[in-house]
Amino acid sequence: MTAKGGKGEAGAAGGAAKGPKKLPMPEAELMHPGHVGCLGCGACNAMRYALKATGPRTIISVPACCWAVMPGNFPNTCFNIPHINTAFEVTGASLSGIRAALDARGVKDVTVMGWAGDGGTADIGIQALSGMVERGTRAIYVMYDNEAYMNTGIQRSSSTPVGAWTTTTPVGAIRDYKRAPKKNMVEIMVAHGIPYTATASIAWPKDFIEKIQKAMQVQGPSFIHVFTPCPTGWRHPPERTFEVARMATQSRVFPLYEVDHGVYRVKQVKKETPLKEYLAAQGRFRHLTDEEIAGMQVNVDRWWRTLLAREKATKELEPSP
Amino acid sequence: MVDKPNYKTWRDIPPMPVCWYPSSKGNPTGGWRTFRPVIHMEGCIHCAVCWQSCPDAAIRWVEGSPDVDYDECKGCGICAYECPVKTIEMVLEVKE
Amino acid sequence: MKKVITGNYTASYAAKLCRAEVVPAYPITPQTSIVEKIAEFVSSGEMKAQYIKVESEHTAMAASISASYAGARTFTATSSHGLVLMHEMLHWAAGARTPVVMANVNRALAPPWSVWADHTDSMSQRDTGWIQFYCESNQEVLDTIIMCYKVCEQRDVLLPAMVNMDAFILSHTSEVVDVPSIEQVDAFLPRFEPEWKLDPDRPMSFGSLSPPASFYMEWRYGIQHAMDVAAKRFMEESRAFERHFGRPWGGLVEEYRARDADAVIVAMGTMASTAKEAVDQVRAKGRKVGLVRLKAFRPFPTKELREALGGAKVVGVMDRSHTFGHEGPVFTEVKAALYNAPKRPAMAGFTIGLGGRDILDSTVVGLYERLHDAAERGVTKEVEWIDLKGAEEEVAR
Repeated sequence: MTAKGGKGEAGAAGGAAKGPKKLPMPEAELMHPGHVGCLGCGACNAMRYALKATGPRTIISVPACCWAVMPGNFPNTCFNIPHINTAFEVTGASLSGIRAALDARGVKDVTVMGWAGDGGTADIGIQALSGMVERGTRAIYVMYDNEAYMNTGIQRSSSTPVGAWTTTTPVGAIRDYKRAPKKNMVEIMVAHGIPYTATASIAWPKDFIEKIQKAMQVQGPSFIHVFTPCPTGWRHPPERTFEVARMATQSRVFPLYEVDHGVYRVKQVKKETPLKEYLAAQGRFRHLTDEEIAGMQVNVDRWWRTLLAREKATKELEPSP
Repeated sequence: MVDKPNYKTWRDIPPMPVCWYPSSKGNPTGGWRTFRPVIHMEGCIHCAVCWQSCPDAAIRWVEGSPDVDYDECKGCGICAYECPVKTIEMVLEVKE
Repeated sequence: MKKVITGNYTASYAAKLCRAEVVPAYPITPQTSIVEKIAEFVSSGEMKAQYIKVESEHTAMAASISASYAGARTFTATSSHGLVLMHEMLHWAAGARTPVVMANVNRALAPPWSVWADHTDSMSQRDTGWIQFYCESNQEVLDTIIMCYKVCEQRDVLLPAMVNMDAFILSHTSEVVDVPSIEQVDAFLPRFEPEWKLDPDRPMSFGSLSPPASFYMEWRYGIQHAMDVAAKRFMEESRAFERHFGRPWGGLVEEYRARDADAVIVAMGTMASTAKEAVDQVRAKGRKVGLVRLKAFRPFPTKELREALGGAKVVGVMDRSHTFGHEGPVFTEVKAALYNAPKRPAMAGFTIGLGGRDILDSTVVGLYERLHDAAERGVTKEVEWIDLKGAEEEVAR
């Protein structure tokens, strides 16, 4: 079996091209193929979309995570923008340093973006993130969330959802799946008074790109939590990556919302998917009983109602300065 | 900066690990495939969802139509799954 | 212009004169006045720097590395636990080849808490690939920071450098310092223009994965090679420094009445200054003793040491730190440097002054007496802890 170059059947049909009037997102690619991401990796789509949003005047800082490995081995890289690999816990620090250097040289038109996994943000990287936000560094911090330490082989993080199997919460006889609730990074950012923060999903690419573009306008820090399914770690077939992401939001496990200068705005998604269906799509939840799922449902409902209440409560408020 | 670097000794390399050679040239990943996507163009509605949903940017958009780059495509099947009109077929790769 | 300033303020002036562009700063006793003074300079407008009030020293070093990669001259300062907290990032800065310059105030490590002079903090970082200087005076702090930027930013050096000064003895003690004008420093120190940097006009990826058959080992060799180049450059630029500023910076070691001495002590930092007093006192009584002060610990000046100690019958090394399970690290390295020398003197190691325990000139006079005995009767105590309470009961090695 070889990979032969060539057009296959796609280019065989002649005749007039009937392209869409406008592509659904900017056309230019700043991420080359040939990266070593797994088949169907949600984090790859996230990166592709984010770079389409930020464009070539971007500097990206990536700590230890899947994306540290994905660009490939020296001397290859999949990035067509300036890119720095850093130590695991330092993304927030790195962003402050880069922005300071650009400010020192009077360079104002470059987007500084951090791209870190959930482990590198919610666990080991939380101090540096907190510091960067508190200081008001003008940078976009994107946490791409595959809900575990995936690069090191699927160990639990504080972002792993309740119920999930991981190698360090391997269920077993004592049903030791992830018990601790998923750390809510966006709410932690809200508590910092961050100018702009939002959840996003690869299944809503336009929404994700708009949120990044909003973040680019902020003269200070912003934090985007993007949901990126991982076929390898979540145990679902690679072709269902987008499906799983959609169901996460449709089941209200991962609501899409933004907090813009203190004002909550929740995205109402038309379709509703039962939680059970979302969980059944992934092998990492295979062990859960109906009772356990019912318990999870209570928390999902509760958070959804809380979000709507916050939206209502902040609607009439003037946006914070 | 598109020439493949020809590093042999400690004197050739930059002082720190830094590189720019595109992975699409240095590491084409088409060899990863078990299944290949075949787009039946007669059914294509040119919505560009397949182009958009590829994690590898391995589907190019050429004159309004999708065009799979088989040097890079890993065969994950997302394009076929997401195609709203199901005109992409995942076909088992066979040795030529 | 001559000022009477503390070692800490001297470091702040040096950062200002070198036009440091990014200063990530986190306070720790007894470094705090360095970063406070810089904050004053920046907020008064007399220093144009981006002052990042980081939330830890680890972040300070991480921010320094990224700022340097983005093309800015970077300065930071720390001490003791702050330095060791940065340990991971010190390795990173050297591997990244970012010419960050850092003032480190040598202070003891806990537990127990101690804020006083001790070299364990920086000595425990000797493997990280940083250039290390140990200063004896505030003037040397200023001049060495300038020299470090001058040498480290050169494209075939590109190494980070730490300039060490003893806690309180230098950091908080005022001395006369000849502070050059910023124009004088501008004429000596060009703007930082790195070839390899984060620049959207020339996109590149830093720090990619490198398997065993790739170039990891070659990059590591590159760091070593850069150290060798740096050693030469410091000597070349030292001559340029003297011509430009009208006062010497000296070399990687300083010899004090050592060449014709029978017994020589090797020491770093302010205890060397005390030892010079002792040398004069002992010489006045008729014995030929001398002092060699190691200014550079990395790159380690093997050649210079072999020359300086070539005529000595016995060499004693004062260590203001100790590697547990072994001996003082400076002792180990000086011994190793002399192992293949044409004439190997007898050697003894003195672990002394830990946690800021005072080192008096009379103490060092006592060390010369020990060395004299060792020269006559051979070394009976290879390693000794000096001024240790209960020492007379100890059986030293």
